Amino acid sequence: MATDTRVILICSGKGGVGKTTLTANLGISLARQGASTAVLDADFGLRNLDLLLGLENRIVYTAQEVLEENCRLDQALVKHKQESNLALLPAGNPRMLDWLKPEDMKKIVEMLSDQFNYVLIDCPAGVEDGFKNAMAACKEAIIVTNPEVSAVRDADRVIGLLNTQGVKPVQLVLNRVRPKMMANQEMLSVNDVTDILALPLLGLVLEDEQVIVSTNRGEPLTLNSSNSPAARCYSNIAKRLAGENIPLIDPSKEETSFGDKFRRLMQTKIF
Amino acid sequence: MTLRDIINKLLRRQQSSANTARQRLQLVLAHDRTDLSTDLLDQMRKEILEVVAKYVEIDMEEGAVSLETEDRMTALVANLPIKRTLSGEIKLKATEEGQPISHAPSNNQD
Repeated sequence: MATDTRVILICSGKGGVGKTTLTANLGISLARQGASTAVLDADFGLRNLDLLLGLENRIVYTAQEVLEENCRLDQALVKHKQESNLALLPAGNPRMLDWLKPEDMKKIVEMLSDQFNYVLIDCPAGVEDGFKNAMAACKEAIIVTNPEVSAVRDADRVIGLLNTQGVKPVQLVLNRVRPKMMANQEMLSVNDVTDILALPLLGLVLEDEQVIVSTNRGEPLTLNSSNSPAARCYSNIAKRLAGENIPLIDPSKEETSFGDKFRRLMQTKIF
Repeated sequence: MTLRDIINKLLRRQQSSANTARQRLQLVLAHDRTDLSTDLLDQMRKEILEVVAKYVEIDMEEGAVSLETEDRMTALVANLPIKRTLSGEIKLKATEEGQPISHAPSNNQD
């Protein structure tokens, strides 16, 4: 097993906060940086990573067939069409619920570690078996959350579980940030969330309609050097993950109309 | 405190929803992390007040015992306004019973 392979769990607790979208975009970005990257869809009950990457019609085998020695690993790996450094491995398909154990997950990840620089595990929502299987195999983790009470509460629960397992580092990605609402104090601020969860911030992702458009097409935003707000955020996160020193975006500087300047004035600390 | 907070206060407007969210989260997480129900906390609060009331006269209405969290550490915080001490009226007990009451924050990572 290559010891320098980074095995990163991407998890959130709550569903629908953007784990799979982050996994797809980080996978593409890291591959574009030249790192060989595997994305493992650990959520095989409700798998979606194939769809976001536009690879849904290319899946023939899954990790289960590899472990049962019905096929070789390279037969199950689905290479991305445009980005040859990226490969997808589905853990299973919805018909085979309950086959996966933490040991299986470890074996798959060990096999992937021999070939890849990065293994990104797209974790299922929840804190039950699916999450525990995925957690067993990872070395480090990224928590994805939204600036909303329910998402932050669930993230806190997951952080507790990762801490007991000794997973570290655990870093935070704050997704679907709306600068205007934050300026109006109608949304938890970046500091609120990092203070409450006490995690280092790996990056924030601005709310962006283009994410839905790219999902429709099965082409992650980072694939086409898109300059949309979310695309910039995703590629910055990938660079930081690789050790580059990229400053964080300041959401309050994302808007510059008169109304926004006024809002900023209102936020000025008096005492 | 920001300029907005001051204006809101002057106009007696509702506080911002982000503030409400933060306060609600801090409270719910303090309970999630310690796994302590409101009933248990209430019972503990009553017993703490009873013990303290043996030594000093406190305002039972004003006394507040709550959980606060910072940096994933939860602390039990008691704020008990003392009316007067009763030290003259009570005798010091034998030392082996006199365990110091600790006020240490509990680490609740598990």
